[in-house]
Amino acid sequence: MTPGLLIFILLGIIAVASAVAMLLSRNTVYSALFLILNFLSVAVIYLVLGAPFIALAQIAVYAGAIMVLVLFVIMLLGTHQLDPREPLKWQRPLAIVLALALIVQGVYALVTRFGFQAATVPASPDFVDPKSLGMVLFQKYSLPFEVTSVILLVAAIGAVVLTQKQKKDGGA
Amino acid sequence: MESGQIFNLVPWIVFLPLIGLAVNILLGRRLGETFSGVVASLASGLTFVVAVLLAAALASAPNARVVSPWEWISIGELTVRWAFRVDTLSVVMMLVVSLVGTLIHVYSIGYMHNDVRHNGDPGRYTRFFIFMNLFIAAMMILVSADNFLMMFVGWEGVGLCSYLLIGFWYEKGKNGTGNADAAKKAFITNRIGDFGLLIALFLIFGYFGSLQFDEVFSQAANVAAAHPGVMLLITLAMLLGVTGKSAQIPLFVWLPDAMAGPTPVSALIHAATMVTAGVYLVARSTAFYSVVPVAQTVVIWVGTLTALLAATIALGQYDIKKVLAYSTISQLGFMVAAVGMGAMVAGMFHLVTHAFFKGLLFLAAGSVIQGMERGMHGSHGSAETDPQDMRNMGGLRKKMPLTYWVYLIGGLALSGIAPLAGFFSKDEILGAAYNGHAAVFALLVITAFLTAFYMGRQLVMVFFGKPFTAAAEHASESPRVVTIPLIILALLSVLGGVLNLPGVHTLEHWLAHTLGEGEPAGFIWLVAGLSFFLALLGLGAAWFIYSRRVQKAEADDPLKKPLGALFTGMEHKWWVDEFYQALILNPYKAFAQFMADPVDLGVIDRVGGGLAAGTRTLAEGLRKLENGYVRSYALWMVVGLLAIMMYLFLS
Amino acid sequence: MFPVVYPIILAVILFSLGIVGVLLRKNAIVILMSLELMFNAANLVFITFANYYQNLDGQVFIIFVMVTAAAEVAVGLALIVDIFRSKKTISIDEMHSLKG
Repeated sequence: MTPGLLIFILLGIIAVASAVAMLLSRNTVYSALFLILNFLSVAVIYLVLGAPFIALAQIAVYAGAIMVLVLFVIMLLGTHQLDPREPLKWQRPLAIVLALALIVQGVYALVTRFGFQAATVPASPDFVDPKSLGMVLFQKYSLPFEVTSVILLVAAIGAVVLTQKQKKDGGA
Repeated sequence: MESGQIFNLVPWIVFLPLIGLAVNILLGRRLGETFSGVVASLASGLTFVVAVLLAAALASAPNARVVSPWEWISIGELTVRWAFRVDTLSVVMMLVVSLVGTLIHVYSIGYMHNDVRHNGDPGRYTRFFIFMNLFIAAMMILVSADNFLMMFVGWEGVGLCSYLLIGFWYEKGKNGTGNADAAKKAFITNRIGDFGLLIALFLIFGYFGSLQFDEVFSQAANVAAAHPGVMLLITLAMLLGVTGKSAQIPLFVWLPDAMAGPTPVSALIHAATMVTAGVYLVARSTAFYSVVPVAQTVVIWVGTLTALLAATIALGQYDIKKVLAYSTISQLGFMVAAVGMGAMVAGMFHLVTHAFFKGLLFLAAGSVIQGMERGMHGSHGSAETDPQDMRNMGGLRKKMPLTYWVYLIGGLALSGIAPLAGFFSKDEILGAAYNGHAAVFALLVITAFLTAFYMGRQLVMVFFGKPFTAAAEHASESPRVVTIPLIILALLSVLGGVLNLPGVHTLEHWLAHTLGEGEPAGFIWLVAGLSFFLALLGLGAAWFIYSRRVQKAEADDPLKKPLGALFTGMEHKWWVDEFYQALILNPYKAFAQFMADPVDLGVIDRVGGGLAAGTRTLAEGLRKLENGYVRSYALWMVVGLLAIMMYLFLS
Repeated sequence: MFPVVYPIILAVILFSLGIVGVLLRKNAIVILMSLELMFNAANLVFITFANYYQNLDGQVFIIFVMVTAAAEVAVGLALIVDIFRSKKTISIDEMHSLKG
C-alpha cells in the first residue's frame, strides 16, 4: 500500500461522504459548505495525480468564487426549507436505482477496458510545471482560450441583464 | 354554281339547328312564344332546304362525297376528323329527319302553347324548342358522319335529347317523379346499348386501324377471313347498340315509358327519327353483316320476335300513345328483320314510310288528347278522366272530323292497305322474307295481321260509337297550326309509296350507289295479295268485335273473356318490366345496399374512424408525459442515457 | 502508484451522486450545486487521463470546463433570482406552467 494509494482512499471517502451529505442536508447553507469540502478533497486528489496548478485553480475558482457566489444567492433568497414531500411517486426509488445502475455499468465498462494493471504515474516536476501548462494553453489552445473569455463576458452581461429591475413601463 | 360546290353546304345541316337553338337561348324568352317556335321551325326548315339541295346535287353525280373541314383527334395511329359524308343513304336520312322534323316543329307551336298552359308553366315553352333544335343537330351529326366516332357523338347526342325531352315535365308524372323516372330509364337502357356499340368501335379500331367508313368497309372481307370471331363480336356488339336505340328485344322497355314526354317528342324522336338510327347503322354497316351470316341470322330473329311480341302487347293497351309506342317497336322489328335479311332497301323504304305515317299518327293522337283536354275543361267535373285512355273516348269522329280523317289515313297506311305507303314498304319486307326465310315469313305475316287488328281496335275505340265520358262529349277540333302539318303528313302517307314502286324502284336505284347493286325485289303477287287480304281481315275483325262492345268506360275489353290469361298477359306487357326488375334491378339494388351499409359504413368508415380514435388514445397517453415537472423530464433523460450506454457497451 | 481505474470509479460515483441530486432535490440552488458536482467528476476524469497518458491537453481542458461552469453558475443564479422575484419561491416543482 503506497502512500499515494492511502491518501487517495482517504480523500475518496471524504469526497463521497461530503457529496452524500450535500444531497441529504435540508439546510441549503450546509449543502453549500459540504460541497466546498468536496471540492477541497478533490483538489488534493488533483495534487496526488500531478496537477498542482489545476488543484489550486480548483480551490480558487470553484471553492472560492463559485461557491461564494452561491452562498451569496442563498443568503439573498432566504434559506427556508422547502416542502419535503415528493409529488412524483416513483421519482425517488427510480433515481436511486438509476444511479446505482449507472455506477455498476461504468465500473464494469472501465474494468473490462483497463483492468487493474494499468497504473497512474507519479507526479514529476517537469510534467507538472505550470510553465509547460501555460505553453500548451497559449500556443495550442489559444483560440479556445479567447473564446472562453468571450463566454465569460457574455455570462457577465447576461447575469446583469437578467437581474435588472423591471422599469415601471415594462421596458427592460 | 357548279354542282360540286353545293356539297360544301353540308356542315350547315348541323349549324342551322345550332344557330336556332342559340338564338332561342339568348333571345327566346324575351321575344315571346311565337318567336321561339318560328325560329326553331325555320332552322329545321332551312336544314330541309339544304338537304334537298344536296340531294339534287347528288342526283346528277351519285357517288359519295366527303366534306372534311376539321381535324378532331390525331393521336398515334388514331386520326379522326369532323367529316361529313354526303351519299345517297345519308341524304335519305337527312331528308326524312328534316322534313318530318320541320312539320313537327310547326305542329309543336300550337300544341305546346296549350300544353304549357295545361301543365301550368308557360315559361317553359322556349326550352322545348331549344331541346328540339338540339335534337335535330345531333341527329344530323349522326346521319352525316363519315366515321364511327362522329356517328357515336350524334348517337349519344340524340340519347341526351331524348332524356331531356322525355323528362320535359320533370316534376310531373306518377308520384311526382314519373316523367323523370321514364327519362332515366330511357337514358340508362340506351346506355347499355351504347356500351355494346363502344365495344364494337374499340374492336373496329383494334382490328381495322381506322374508324373511317370507307377505310373500314373496304377491308371487311379480309378481316372477316382472318379473324372470323372478331367480326362476329363486332356485329353482335353493334346489334346490342341497335337494340338499345331502336328498341328491340331485350332493350325495348324504355320506349313505352318514353310516352311520358309531350306528344311531339314521341312523334319526332320515338317514331320517326332517333329510333331509326339503329336501322341506319345496320344499313350503313352492310359490309360487316354480309360477311358474318351468323350475325345476320341473329339480327333477323331479334327483329322478328320483337315485331311479334310488341304487336301482341299493343293489342292489350288502353293508352292511345302506348298502343302507338308498341306499334313503333313492332315496325322497327320489321325494319331490323329486313336489314338482317340483307334487304337493305326494303328496310330503308319502310323506315321512310313509317316516319310519315307513324309521325302522323302520333301527332294526330296528340290532337285527340288535346281535344279531350279541351273537353275536360268544358265539362267541369271530369277532372279525374285520363285524356289518354281510349276507354274514355268514343264518337270523336263527329267532334274532331279532320283529326279523324288523318288518323284514318295513317292507320290504314300502317295496316298495309294498298295503295297507301305502308302497303308497298311492308310488302317488300314480306317479299324478302318469303324468298328464303319461311319461319320468319310466317311470323311476320301473323304480325301484319295483328298490326291491322290493333289499329282497327284503336280506330273504333276512339272515333266510332258514342262518347263514353263527358270529356269525349265536349271534345273539339284542334287549331290550324296543329292540323296543317297533319294534313301534309297524311298526303305523304298516301303518296309515299311512290318512292319505290315495284317495277320503277326509284329508291332501290338511288340507294344502290351506296349499298351496292342488289337485285330489285320482284313484286310477288302472292305475298302482296296475302298481306292485303290479312290487313282487311284484321280491320274487319276489329270492327266486328269492338263496335259491339258495351258502351261503358269501365267495361272490360271484349277480348278479355275469350282470350282470358293471354289477354291479361298482353295488358301487362307480358310482365317484361317486372321480370327485369326482379332479375336485374332488385339484385343490383340489394347489392348496392349491401356495399353501402355493411361495407362502406361498416368496414371502411370504421377503419378511418378507428385510426382516428387510435391516434387520439395514443396522443392522450403520451400527453401524460408532459406533467410540467422538470425533474421527471430529467429522469427520462437519465433513463435514455442509460439505455444508450447499455446499447453501446453491449454491442 | 495505484491502478488508474480507482480515480475514475470515484468520478463515476461522484457523477451518479450528482445525477441523484438533480433528480431528487427541489431547491433550484441545490440542483445547481449538484451540477457542479457533476462537472467536478468530469474534471477528475480529465486529470486522471492526463496523468495516465502524460499529456497536458487534459489539464488545459479543465481550465475551459471551469470557465464554462463559472459562466453557467452565474447565469443560472441570475435566473433563479429573477424567478424568485416573480414566484417568491425557488422550488423547481412550482415551475410547471408548461404542463401539457
